[in-house]
Amino acid sequence: MIDEIVYAIKKAETQLSEDTVKALKEAYERETNPMGKTQLEAILKNVEVARKESLPMCQDTGLQTFFLEVGYDFPYMRELKSALVEAVRRATREIPLRPNAVHPFLHKNSGDNTGRFVPYIHWELKEGDDATIHVIPKGGGSENMSGLYMLSPGVGIKGIKKAVIEHIFKSGGKPCPPTIIGVGIGGGADLALTLAKKAAILRPIGVRHEEDFVAQLEEELYEMANKLGIGAMGLGGDTTVLDVHVEYAYRHPATLPVGIVTQCWANRRAKVHIDANGKVEVV
Amino acid sequence: MEYHERTPIEDARKYRVGDVIYVTGEVILARDEAHKKLLEEGAPLDLKGSVIYHCGPVVTKVNGEWKVVAAGPTTSIRMEIFEDKFIEKFHPAIIVGKGGMGERTLKALKEHGAVYAAYTGGCGALAAERIKGVKEVHFLEELGIPEAVWVFRVEEFGPLVVTMDSHGKSLYDDVDKNARKNLEDILKKIER
Repeated sequence: MIDEIVYAIKKAETQLSEDTVKALKEAYERETNPMGKTQLEAILKNVEVARKESLPMCQDTGLQTFFLEVGYDFPYMRELKSALVEAVRRATREIPLRPNAVHPFLHKNSGDNTGRFVPYIHWELKEGDDATIHVIPKGGGSENMSGLYMLSPGVGIKGIKKAVIEHIFKSGGKPCPPTIIGVGIGGGADLALTLAKKAAILRPIGVRHEEDFVAQLEEELYEMANKLGIGAMGLGGDTTVLDVHVEYAYRHPATLPVGIVTQCWANRRAKVHIDANGKVEVV
Repeated sequence: MEYHERTPIEDARKYRVGDVIYVTGEVILARDEAHKKLLEEGAPLDLKGSVIYHCGPVVTKVNGEWKVVAAGPTTSIRMEIFEDKFIEKFHPAIIVGKGGMGERTLKALKEHGAVYAAYTGGCGALAAERIKGVKEVHFLEELGIPEAVWVFRVEEFGPLVVTMDSHGKSLYDDVDKNARKNLEDILKKIER
């Protein structure tokens, strides 16, 4: 399975997801600000070069991150973690990737994108005997524009909207807009951020939450965010966000956590599926 | 205006916010650690009229030759704590990065006749296509690949959009002012 994981990392790094390309093209067509338009044009050209030449679409090839959905009866559970780590080492050499794993105190770069807790592997268990690996290398610039707001529950939905819009305003051009904003509401601090990350990256652009109320909130936040006029790369324009995705959990009566995760236009993802017979597919 | 320039660049005062520049010649990479080191120890090369690029590239060695795989810009504001001193000491013509810089840099650009230009964030593959080779690299052992001082040979490197010029104008200030006004309207609407 290591070969396929290496290939999935390469696919994520060099071929921008189709839904993102489509959203960027539409944004380019719509854009009325000449400054923002130069940036969208450069991004689309860059995406094409990356795909054609099999080059990483961004020099920040991200912190290697995997979200796993693993069946309770998946037979290769024991091999999964070591396969992911080995795949990251190989991908770093073969694609190649920028070594992005640094010791926080000693400033030493491990050189192969691995280290304590890295690659970051997020495990979720589910029914069944198969496993899905979401390969989502995450860039540092947009990750810096994450936010956690522990609001007073009394501020309600208005308070949530304000927090999100003010956050996007404060981020400005720094997270490489146009971005995809993930908002996680409720749970605890960590769950709010995890939900936000999944909403931002795993859900395709244009797909709305299955509950109408949440879908409406997404639509409203999307429209408000694009009225800010920050534009592509913060140079001004009509498209600051490609989409806003919201997910929620029940909350403690005393807390209202709002986690915000920002994904840059380089919305990298690929998927590996492994069945109980060991058949591995990059989807 | 669109400019096609060869390095070193003598007069950067002619550039105005909104101009687009394509550079042929050399581009010198420097980010956080490199700024610190060059300010402390001096530069091992002449930086007058140079194009300084805030970038941590992906490079690899193929048959003993450096190959640039991806080289898009990094967030410039982190260099704000160094850049005014850097401009004063080394007199570069164009600082290239993403996201823009602050008041201190804007003042130094005005005093020393340099500009800040944005290269589209993340466009590492497009940049690599315009980079024709590595002329030299400094402090590689000590700082590692992303932080080392690379000197790239480039052809038609761009589009570099001038967003802060030597006449005190910053596109970021304009966008920020406009966005701040829009934010107030949006917040009022939410309150209603």
